[in-house]
Amino acid sequence: MNANRVSFRKKLGMAAWYVGLIGLALPFLYPFWWMITSAFKTVNEIFAFPPTLLPSTWHWENFGEVFTFQPFAQHYVNSLYIAILVTAGTLLVSSLAGYAFARIQFRGASLFFILLLSGMMMPNEVTIIPNFITMKTLGWTNTHLPLILIPILGMGGVLGTFMMRQYFLNLPQDLEDAAMMDGLNRFGIYWRIALPIARPALTSVAILTFLSSWNAFLDPLIYLDDLTLFTIPLSLRGFTDQYGTPLWNVQLAATTLAVLPVLIFYVVAQRQVVESFSLSGSKG
Amino acid sequence: MNLPPESSLAIAGRAVMAGLKLKQRDSLMGYLFIAPQLLGFLAFVLGPLLAVFVFSFQSRNLLTGQVTFIGLDNYRQMLASDPLFLKVLGNSLIFMLGLVPLNMVLALGLALLLARNLAGSTIFRTVFFSPVVTSTVAWVIVWRFVLQGEQGSLNQFLQLFGIQGPNWLQEPFWAMTAVVVTRVLKNVGLNIIIFLAAIKDLPKEYVEAASVDGANPWQTLRHIILPFLAPTIMLVTVVTVIGSLNVLDHIMLLTGGGPSNATMVLAYYVYYAAFRIYETGYASTLAVVLFLTALLLTLVQWGVRKQVVYNER
Repeated sequence: MNANRVSFRKKLGMAAWYVGLIGLALPFLYPFWWMITSAFKTVNEIFAFPPTLLPSTWHWENFGEVFTFQPFAQHYVNSLYIAILVTAGTLLVSSLAGYAFARIQFRGASLFFILLLSGMMMPNEVTIIPNFITMKTLGWTNTHLPLILIPILGMGGVLGTFMMRQYFLNLPQDLEDAAMMDGLNRFGIYWRIALPIARPALTSVAILTFLSSWNAFLDPLIYLDDLTLFTIPLSLRGFTDQYGTPLWNVQLAATTLAVLPVLIFYVVAQRQVVESFSLSGSKG
Repeated sequence: MNLPPESSLAIAGRAVMAGLKLKQRDSLMGYLFIAPQLLGFLAFVLGPLLAVFVFSFQSRNLLTGQVTFIGLDNYRQMLASDPLFLKVLGNSLIFMLGLVPLNMVLALGLALLLARNLAGSTIFRTVFFSPVVTSTVAWVIVWRFVLQGEQGSLNQFLQLFGIQGPNWLQEPFWAMTAVVVTRVLKNVGLNIIIFLAAIKDLPKEYVEAASVDGANPWQTLRHIILPFLAPTIMLVTVVTVIGSLNVLDHIMLLTGGGPSNATMVLAYYVYYAAFRIYETGYASTLAVVLFLTALLLTLVQWGVRKQVVYNER
């Protein structure tokens, strides 16, 4: 009797747990559901009341229109190659610096490190004006150069350096000594010994860097004028009629094309992605 | 002539010299390794920061390139004759005071729920974290539709209960609320996973001992779990508060700072002054304020954090 009551209470507790979590999950899930299903609807059906859960007919042609309305394929290529270059550059620059800060003794090392770290609390908007003027003076506005150079060499790389240093601190000293005995110089040790071991940290930095470049909005907005140079996030704002009203179905088809690859990658490599973010700390 | 035998002292000396050279060569390598990062930092972070201070004493126009030194005029204008500045400061504060508690409570609550590790926990974690990897532009585009006045999904949903929802993005109060809530939904997953990791490290004996002693779940939470999590909560609050200054893209896309500047925050005003009305001098003054705010918050939080961690021990 008593045992029954306890297990009943337990079941009730579990049911409440699920109901509560499902309720709380709705505002997180609904936007994705709505985005993907509306991408296949007609504009009329998107606005229909009561709303349809699934499209009554699946309008695949919305996705075709994405590419005729704007040079979306070009924008995709732009975003992709910029993100790849930024990631490769950041990996190189921050693994070099992270290695030096963790393993090489040189005068001023901790001073330089603190200097770099102190920049991490600074909101990006503080430096956008001088950076823009620099780029303008160099004639690099309306090119992809600022979108590649600033993330690698500026604050983005500092986070990478911090994460790489944490990892390299745990490198066994014996390994380096042995490598030095074998006649490897510093660069050799870094390149042949340290980097291959640091694969997990490199993966984390790569994931964070790629995502932040792929999703970046403000810098592309400031630096790019020509439609052909646009990246995906800029492109997404352009699916409107001449009065600025979004063409919802095409707009959402484009948004789906931008978001879905990232989401799929995230779901597949979830453990790795979540770990990368938790290593990097948290943002507002 | 007898060559003096090489003394052991000389050998030792040469060894030291060689060693020193090796060390010098090594530290040269250190400088070389950090050079790209350090030079980049000077060029794109530290240099610009100093420049922004200099610009703040100038009248500058981005289009014409005109530059005049005007001393403290920008600061005078900002404090004395720019009503928008005070409004923007207030908005930033309201945004922060709305975002941080909501984010923290939701993150901690969801982390505690997920920590029970029932079947399906992982799926829920996946869901709560998915907006974090999604681009802000995409997230906001969808919410702009959901929050439309008549045809938005939220008001359609409320209508099922006979509630006539407001035109969310067109009324000052609701627009700010919308910005706060959609921003929290976008980023709370990050804090959830940090709390989850901390909860996993809780000493199980304490929690079990409390429930053996007859403590109810609320008492366990209040007296056992929360004190253990205090340093993590502090740390996450720090980063969330400072992160709340950095919402330019989210607000620009959701409300454009409106209605009637009700959601215009400091970072947005910097962008607006520099790239919409091209007053880069005045915008730099605003950027200085933004920088000082971030600096002040960092220092305050460091102080508080030191105290909390100290009390913990």
